[in-house]
Amino acid sequence: MNFFQRLRSILLPIALLLVSCSAHADWQLNMGQGVTSVSNQVYGLHMAAVWICVGIAVVVFGVMLYSLIFHRKSRGFEAAKFHEHPVLEITWAVIPFIILVVMAFPATKILMRMNDMDKSDLTIKITGYQWKWKYEYLDQGISFFSNLSTPQNQLNNQAAKGQWYLLEVDKPLVVPIHQKIRFLLTANDVIHSWWVPALGIKRDALPGFINEAWARIDKPGVYRGQCAELCGTNHGFMPIVVEAVSEEDFKKWVAQQTGQKGAATTPSSSAAAPAKLTKEMLMSKGEEAYEKTCAVCHKEDGLGMPPAFPALKGSKIATGPVKDHINIVLNGKPGTAMQAFGTQLNDDDIAAIITYERNAWGNNTGDVVQPADIAAARK
Amino acid sequence: MSETLEHVDHHATNNGRFAWATRWLFSTNHKDIGSMYLWFSLFMLMLGGVLALIIRAELFQPGARIVNPELFNQLTTMHGIIMLFGAVMPAFSGLANWMIPLMIGAPDMAMPRMNNWAFWILPVAGLILISTFIMPGSAPNFGWTMYAPLSTTYGPPSTDYLIVAIHLMGLSSIMGAVNIIVTVINLRAPGMTMMKLPIFCWSWLITAFLLIAVMPVLAGTVTMMLTDRHFGTSFFTAAGGGDPLLYQHLFWFFGHPEVYIIILPAFGIISQVIPTFARKKLFGYSFMVYAIVAIAVLSFIVWVHHMFVTGVPLGAQLFFMYATMLIAVPTGVKVFNWVSTMFRGSLTFETPMLFAIAFVILFTIGGFSGIMLSMVPADYQYQDTYFVVAHFHYVLVPGALFSIFAGIYYWLPKMTGHMYNETLGKIHFWLSAISVNLTFFPMHFLGLAGMPRRIPDYALQFANFNAMASVGAFILGFAQLIFVYIVIQAARGKGPKATAQVWEGAEGLEWTLSSPPPYHSFTTPPIVH
Repeated sequence: MNFFQRLRSILLPIALLLVSCSAHADWQLNMGQGVTSVSNQVYGLHMAAVWICVGIAVVVFGVMLYSLIFHRKSRGFEAAKFHEHPVLEITWAVIPFIILVVMAFPATKILMRMNDMDKSDLTIKITGYQWKWKYEYLDQGISFFSNLSTPQNQLNNQAAKGQWYLLEVDKPLVVPIHQKIRFLLTANDVIHSWWVPALGIKRDALPGFINEAWARIDKPGVYRGQCAELCGTNHGFMPIVVEAVSEEDFKKWVAQQTGQKGAATTPSSSAAAPAKLTKEMLMSKGEEAYEKTCAVCHKEDGLGMPPAFPALKGSKIATGPVKDHINIVLNGKPGTAMQAFGTQLNDDDIAAIITYERNAWGNNTGDVVQPADIAAARK
Repeated sequence: MSETLEHVDHHATNNGRFAWATRWLFSTNHKDIGSMYLWFSLFMLMLGGVLALIIRAELFQPGARIVNPELFNQLTTMHGIIMLFGAVMPAFSGLANWMIPLMIGAPDMAMPRMNNWAFWILPVAGLILISTFIMPGSAPNFGWTMYAPLSTTYGPPSTDYLIVAIHLMGLSSIMGAVNIIVTVINLRAPGMTMMKLPIFCWSWLITAFLLIAVMPVLAGTVTMMLTDRHFGTSFFTAAGGGDPLLYQHLFWFFGHPEVYIIILPAFGIISQVIPTFARKKLFGYSFMVYAIVAIAVLSFIVWVHHMFVTGVPLGAQLFFMYATMLIAVPTGVKVFNWVSTMFRGSLTFETPMLFAIAFVILFTIGGFSGIMLSMVPADYQYQDTYFVVAHFHYVLVPGALFSIFAGIYYWLPKMTGHMYNETLGKIHFWLSAISVNLTFFPMHFLGLAGMPRRIPDYALQFANFNAMASVGAFILGFAQLIFVYIVIQAARGKGPKATAQVWEGAEGLEWTLSSPPPYHSFTTPPIVH
């Protein structure tokens, strides 16, 4: 954005703010009750704590306010001489202690309930990636990535923002209501955290470890959440959308997904005979895919941010043997931030990206990489 | 400081040309070293504040506007590190250096040369820290908490320099802490028993023990980060047999006592200020001392409350929930005692007292959100959201920072010999107190409504409160320029001369000395009755 665009993007909202509120902006003050019985219990605990704190505040600040008004030197009030009262001091240590013990009972009960993973009906493995979620229905054999679907032009203030700006994904997590769903959480790279407020669930996704959580959803609907652990550049851009449907609809959805298994779900297989694509098609598709997936680290101009994110412009990988280029994109570079994109992208996308990288920014190798080459390299 | 300049001539070594270096670079004088800590802290406060304002400018409205997400993560990281290690801790060290010897009737700190080194490490560490912004790659961008593996495998090259800076700051803190313990134990004037020690000295004595206990843990942790990054170890990566949670346990074992290290001196200052302006002795001195000790001891057994969502076992979650809730008890005792000090006192409302009163109210609000956070099932909803950001900013800004302001206004006339401008002080107070609430109270709502922390852009439903917080932040930020002006004017000797007593209700050895005190005070110890 040039300077004037930036200036306008700052001044205009200030003006707008002074005049009116956006239709979608909210004044929500409190946590929601959520759609599970656990989330409702959590809400109850939260409200109990709020009211207890309000009560204590009224008493303590009330006494203070009284003193601030009536015990002023300017009113002629003379200071008393007392400066201790052991019985009183012990009392007001014991009473808060008792209040806390009382609060601890429901907290303990709810926590124990939240940790009871037994007798689940459905298991879903959730893997946090930089910067998307992967959902795997282990018993049904369904697996897919879920990416932020807010268009770039909305992110860049070049188009009006949609209602679910930053809270929308291409493929939501579809789950049945009234079934106990067990979530297994892990991560591919750094620590992420899977948080859906309406379900009352937040659990960290740790690379190399598995965490558990469960939910039994009472109401059908769409429930949105976000990653809740700083995980790098696009931490704020990997939302979660859970679509809770009736058990009937869930069965239908599962059937639909497993029917399409060959084409849509496993990234490593393309259509039966991968088409031969022209260089123009590969470059244009590649540029789009590069900007979506690779540019966050290697940058749109290919200059990267060395040494953590090497430049691709003029790099040995992008101008050297194609075999090595394909290998590093498919399998990543262990011990660095370069992920194994073979498990995340399909052959078409990878072929396009590699073709783009080998010809953009003056690299001009003239190489064209076809999806079939990628499929072959995977074997 | 014109009186003190005459004294310097006696002390400058042969070569007058290097008098500046002799006085400041090689200083062994607790007043000069205290002043240097305070100036350093003020500079870092401004720098950390600028970073905060850039953050709040970006968060004013949804959409990418001023900084990209990569830079945003660097800003939040550096804002945290600079404020905690560069502004707040050195400010308390500066007040400790200035006031502890005066309060106990000692001629200086027990180890004046180590005192010098403890300070001068800081500008070096600060320079290394700030220079990470211009290193190749990016400045550290993984939060002040530096979780692995984001900070190890994925951290930019500047991370290694951050680790050096942290080692240096840790060394400074440890040396300062040792100095304070030895000074308070050994250099009290005759007749000053431990239970006659001013509460500010008690608070720093306990804080010093905490520092010595946990700074080495931080040092070990960041060294493990360094070896994971460059020497082939795998402490924090599962692939090599390690565990990212090991990092978190080690960090928070330091990190939790760290936040009490930050707040205990604040409690000490408030316990000096309120009795003065209430014209009444501190209520419950003994219980106040026991409460400080209890808080310090408890602070070692609560660290997992920062990790409730990480998958630690149920038993651990329960134990740490109970222990964390328990800390509210001694903290509550202190709040009740401050209120009881004010109750049936004869109150006046000079600027130090205004900040102290605001502290009691607003720190307590921060304490309430702390109690809420301690309850694990609810914490699952609060953790890593703006609710936590609201909590810690309440205890840090109208908490620790306001207590520093209270202390500075309280002791500035003593230190400089001139009364600061009371009208300007009150303006600084009211602008700060109102804007601090405008900035941070809406963040409770944002967190409860579902906004995570450390994000550069957010969904539309969060726009209103974010805009409010940003407006508040800018008012708060610019209000501090008034404070800078006030301090500079007082240091330059503007304003009416201050008496030794300064404040009608002030009690303690520091008020028996002239304002400013002699360059070398209490060369003969006073007798305390």
